Amino acid sequence: MEFEDYYEIMGVKRDATQDEIKRAYRKLARKYHPDVSKEADAEEKFKRLGEAYEVLKDPEKRTAYDQLGKNWKAGQDFNPPPGWDAGFEFSGSGSTGGGGDAQAYSDFFESLFGRRTSGYAGAGPRDFHMRGQDHHAKVLIDLEDAYQGATRHITLQVPEVDPGGHVVTRKRTLKVRIPKGVKQGQQIRLTGQGAPGVGQGGSGDLYLEIEFKPHPFYRVEGRDVYLELPVAPWEAALGGKVKVPTPAGVLDLKIPPGSTSGKKMRLKGKGIPGKQPGDFYVQLKIVLPPSDSEKARAFYEKMKQELPFSPRAALGV
Amino acid sequence: MNDEILNGLLLDEECTLTLGEMSRACAMHAEWILELVEEGILEPSGEEMSHWRFTAPALLRARTVMHLQRDLGVNLSGAALVVDLLDEIQMLRQQLGRMGGC
Repeated sequence: MEFEDYYEIMGVKRDATQDEIKRAYRKLARKYHPDVSKEADAEEKFKRLGEAYEVLKDPEKRTAYDQLGKNWKAGQDFNPPPGWDAGFEFSGSGSTGGGGDAQAYSDFFESLFGRRTSGYAGAGPRDFHMRGQDHHAKVLIDLEDAYQGATRHITLQVPEVDPGGHVVTRKRTLKVRIPKGVKQGQQIRLTGQGAPGVGQGGSGDLYLEIEFKPHPFYRVEGRDVYLELPVAPWEAALGGKVKVPTPAGVLDLKIPPGSTSGKKMRLKGKGIPGKQPGDFYVQLKIVLPPSDSEKARAFYEKMKQELPFSPRAALGV
Repeated sequence: MNDEILNGLLLDEECTLTLGEMSRACAMHAEWILELVEEGILEPSGEEMSHWRFTAPALLRARTVMHLQRDLGVNLSGAALVVDLLDEIQMLRQQLGRMGGC
């Protein structure tokens, strides 16, 4: 287990006031909030920030952490010395965070401050029934999967309440069919795959939100797919058939003679399939052959001599 | 690990959620969903509350509001503004992608 420097995570000095800590938290929470932030690892950063704040906002936990943390640096291998928390009352009391999705703390946090205790575990008479909570997760797929459908293994970190009332994290792997024709942001509901219920209450559902991995050359908008297609000057000028990659396979595209750079062409129904399938859009981009050989330079020279062409005629120069 | 392949229900354009399903999926009371409707954050179809139907994107929107309230202490009208702006940013990003690529 590695030592976590909560001050470093929050970007405050060790002698920061409680107000400064609060302000730093508010600011960073807005920056890294997974629903708002576009940072790649926002979720992880937000979780660590929440944990750091959980400790530093509470004067008692902060004092204990300070006593412990003087000689440690972030990333150092760490085990809490026995009896380190003597004289403090928080041990095992978990956190004050509430509502929504229960989130597991890091091993580091739990070794110091205990695990999150569940609000309702062990409470109530034996005939207490409650439906399990619905769970939510994201699943990353390739664009090709939306065309063909796929089966994906999904590993979920499931917080579970053990008999002692503590929340423990268990790994659960599911094999899920991704139906053909899914769009970015769509959800799949798996009935009964959420948290188990209490008593005779049924299990909750699992909602999976589809997210496409960024593709090196396709761009997706709803069910429409866009591609910038490089063509040689003579292909654009003379027209002809060229090969176009699509997530459904390679297609032949007929380019009309006299095409210009930026020309858009539509392959109807070749976007993501569905009741109303999307279209596949190709935008031509004319690329020049390199002039790095004597022969190529001679060709360009010949064009210069023999083609009366002024690319800036429309600009009046 | 269970080797069975699970088939879920794809919540597509035609699929809608009831008030009960919305509140369960957010782990919040139905009254809270009601507040979101009153604030204009969610716009269910159907006249009476018992006939309300929500779209799948509405669920994502409601959950974003829930996270904003819980994690950032944003109030409901503030959260309404944030989700509207997030939608707008997403639209602008798409436009940007269109201009950068094609």
